[in-house]
Amino acid sequence: MDQIFEILIAGLLIAAGIFGIVGSFGLIKLPETMTRLHAPTKASTLGVGGVLVASMIYFFVFEGKLSWHELLITLFIFLTAPITANFIAKAYMHRNLTPKDMPESNTARGWATYEDEAETQEPLMTKPKRP
Amino acid sequence: MITFAIAFASICFGLGLLFNLWRVFNASGVTDRVLALDTMVINIIALLVLYGMSVGTGVYFEAALLFAMTGFVSTVAYCKFILRGDIIE
Amino acid sequence: MLRKIFPHPYLTILLIIIWMLLVNQLKLGSFIFAIFLATIIPIFTAPYWPDRPILRNPMAMLGYLAVVIYDIIKSNFIVAGIVLFKPNSQLKTAWVTVPLDLRTPEAITVLAGTITMTPGTVTADMSGCGRALLVHCLHAPDPDAVRDEIKTRYEARLMRIFE
Repeated sequence: MDQIFEILIAGLLIAAGIFGIVGSFGLIKLPETMTRLHAPTKASTLGVGGVLVASMIYFFVFEGKLSWHELLITLFIFLTAPITANFIAKAYMHRNLTPKDMPESNTARGWATYEDEAETQEPLMTKPKRP
Repeated sequence: MITFAIAFASICFGLGLLFNLWRVFNASGVTDRVLALDTMVINIIALLVLYGMSVGTGVYFEAALLFAMTGFVSTVAYCKFILRGDIIE
Repeated sequence: MLRKIFPHPYLTILLIIIWMLLVNQLKLGSFIFAIFLATIIPIFTAPYWPDRPILRNPMAMLGYLAVVIYDIIKSNFIVAGIVLFKPNSQLKTAWVTVPLDLRTPEAITVLAGTITMTPGTVTADMSGCGRALLVHCLHAPDPDAVRDEIKTRYEARLMRIFE
């Protein structure tokens, strides 16, 4: 039984390591910032996720204690990675691109990053009804 | 077998860290540098967890959690500074 | 009255779970402290988040999660292949505009996060009125297909959950 778990953990760790290094290699190889932005999302999803799942199984099977911290770290990384990626994209757009480089938004107003200087209006989203 | 797998994954993430460091030095712009630093944080979290596994204690998870939080806050602060010229308005 | 004490019931439950995960062991004392914290924090943060999100169909969240995890694994392999074996000159990057049918802020946040977490696409911006998302694709020979996939695969499911 332990053998099966050992193979599972080792496989997860090796897959995670490969995805982690491919993510970091992408950061070097890809040509410009916007394309490089795609590499770390890969490293953070399967790379770190695989390591954390492997460590959870390892501590449960071989040390006999169920540790939930890994789940918390995975959750935290999965929640924060999109926000950092979005912020970096916005900062890049703000510094290096103009509205002419972008496709049309096909809505009443343009993209939010370029509207910062204009007076801020409320988005037209519907507020949820009070239950 | 697990010790070998841990060593392999550590080498992978350590090499990834070196790649990121190279990108920090040879960045094409400020946002590029912030992106490389953010990826470094993610790789270091993985390395911390791997080291905790090889030593067999759970202490390193606290360190990894703190690292994840400070990394997130610092990246957002950098980007906010680039976007608005100010962090807290 | 109950609304005053628990302005965000889902947030309260989430905070209890997160505190128990942080403590890392099941003890009565820490559970009581978790309940205490989970009541206090939503009351103090309620002014910044006045509207309560409606989850029409919370169980459908699980199905959505399964779809997203499957897609993350699948597209991880695709993007790894692109990074390793495709020369940079053959990359076809594209900006895609995704018009939104979702209207609640929470649903749009979940959709944007999902698009970023599946490798190969990154949400870069939202239009000022909140009716369209700007998505950057790493390799998209056919940008319209990407847009259609986002709309049918993720947005339709989120419609069922949130609206």
